[in-house]
This record gives sequence, C-alpha cells and structure tokens, in this order.
Amino acid sequence: MVWDVLSWLSILAGLFFILVGGIGVLRFPDVYTRLHAAGMTDTMGAGLVLVGLSIQSGLSFQSGEWLITVRLMMIWAFLLFTSPIATHALARAALHGKVEPIRVDVGGGDA
Amino acid sequence: MARIVGLWVILFATWLLLSGHWDSALLVGFGVGSCALTVYIANRMDVADHEGVSIYWVGRFLLYLPWLLKEILIANINVAKVILSPKLPISPIMVVFGSTQKTDLGRVLYANSITLTPGTITTGVEGDQLEIHALTWKDVDGREEDEMDQRVSIVERVS
Repeated sequence: MVWDVLSWLSILAGLFFILVGGIGVLRFPDVYTRLHAAGMTDTMGAGLVLVGLSIQSGLSFQSGEWLITVRLMMIWAFLLFTSPIATHALARAALHGKVEPIRVDVGGGDA
Repeated sequence: MARIVGLWVILFATWLLLSGHWDSALLVGFGVGSCALTVYIANRMDVADHEGVSIYWVGRFLLYLPWLLKEILIANINVAKVILSPKLPISPIMVVFGSTQKTDLGRVLYANSITLTPGTITTGVEGDQLEIHALTWKDVDGREEDEMDQRVSIVERVS
C-alpha cells in the first residue's frame, strides 16, 4: 500500500515535469531556450516515471520481477547518457547554422 | 587480455539481465556464442583495448551519481518555476567556463553533466574551455559549476 502510494506519487511527479516541459517548449522564444525545457522531460520526467514503474515491479526474486526493475533502471541509465548528447548536437547544429541566441533583458530585479 | 575477458563478462551479464533466460542450456549457449562473436569483432576492429574505461572509474562514478541526481532535481524545479511563472523571467546568456579535467572522458562527463541539469547546455568544447548556454544568468553564477567541476575531477583522477 505504502509502495503503491510512493509509486503513484513518483509517476505523477514525472508526468507533471513532462507536462511543464511541454508547456515550456511552447512558451520559450527560441531554439536554445526551448532545449532547456525539452531537457526537463527526459531527465526528471522520464526518470520519475521509470522510478515509479520500478516500485510497481518490485524486487521480488522468485517471480523474476527484479529483472524488470533492472531493465527499467537500465533504460534510465541509457537516457542519462544519450539525452545530453542529443541536446548538445541540436544546440551545436543551431549554432553552426548561425541561429543567434536571443538575449532577453528583464531589466533589474531578481529575474 | 584482461580487457577482452572483462568485455565478454560485461556483455554476457547484460545479455543475461536483458533476456532473463537462465534455465535453457541452448539459449544460454547462444548467448555465450553471440557475446564471444561480439568480442571477436570488437578485437578485430581494435576497439577492445584502447577505448576501455578504467574499472576504478565505476566506483567513484557511482559516488558522484547521487549528487548529480540531486542537482538535476533542484535544477528541474527551478526551470519548472520559470516556465510556470506568468512573466516568463528568462535572461538567456552565453558564457565560457574553464574546466580542470585532464582526460577527454572527464571532460565528456563534465560537459554532459552540465547539459543534464536543465537550465544549462554545453554548446561547445574547445580544449579545456566549455561554452555554455544558460536559461537565466542565475544558472551560471559559478558556484554549482565549480563544485561539479571539482567533483568530476575527483571521479577521473588516477585513471
């Protein structure tokens, strides 16, 4: 029961980060700032969903469910290794294509 | 030779974990064979011996990982706040940082760690200078980056 609640909380938090990341992609003004928003979905968003799913599958040895947990964690590990490279490649391609990053001056205050 | 055996062991462990077939001798035999074939090809391609990662890395990397995940969580919450605030308080900025890593692998780890934390993206690496795009100027006030730089340097030391 406790684990169910934990896993739901984790999955819902992950979905929240994915949703906010999507909103960010729509709201931000240019390629580079949008990459920041997109980065949220595949680090915390996907990560928390995978953690939640791992809690669901558990570590039970008899039924072999721990294998599913290990695989889910491996998916996360691969995401952590590949997503920054994809992000970096996109940013680099944009810079190479002479897309100027915009500069927003919020003008004083604690921006 | 040790690296070849190590590569095979890691490949086979991955195969076992992904397939989950422990019981059928035939399937395990195929697994052993395919891993051996992969090691043979890797050896022929001359990648088994030069691009290996020192095993000492792994332990220190696992010590570094929890700190990195904590940083990712904090940065995610900060970026989420920026996205959800009605005024969209962004101040995108490009900065250049120095890094203290000595090996290419250490630099890769540092640059990828920066990109993984939302709010900062490594857009270029030249020598030991990293070019970084940040969502707000607060993201690159230097404190987190210096700490991350030192921690990554500890991971790569004596490798």
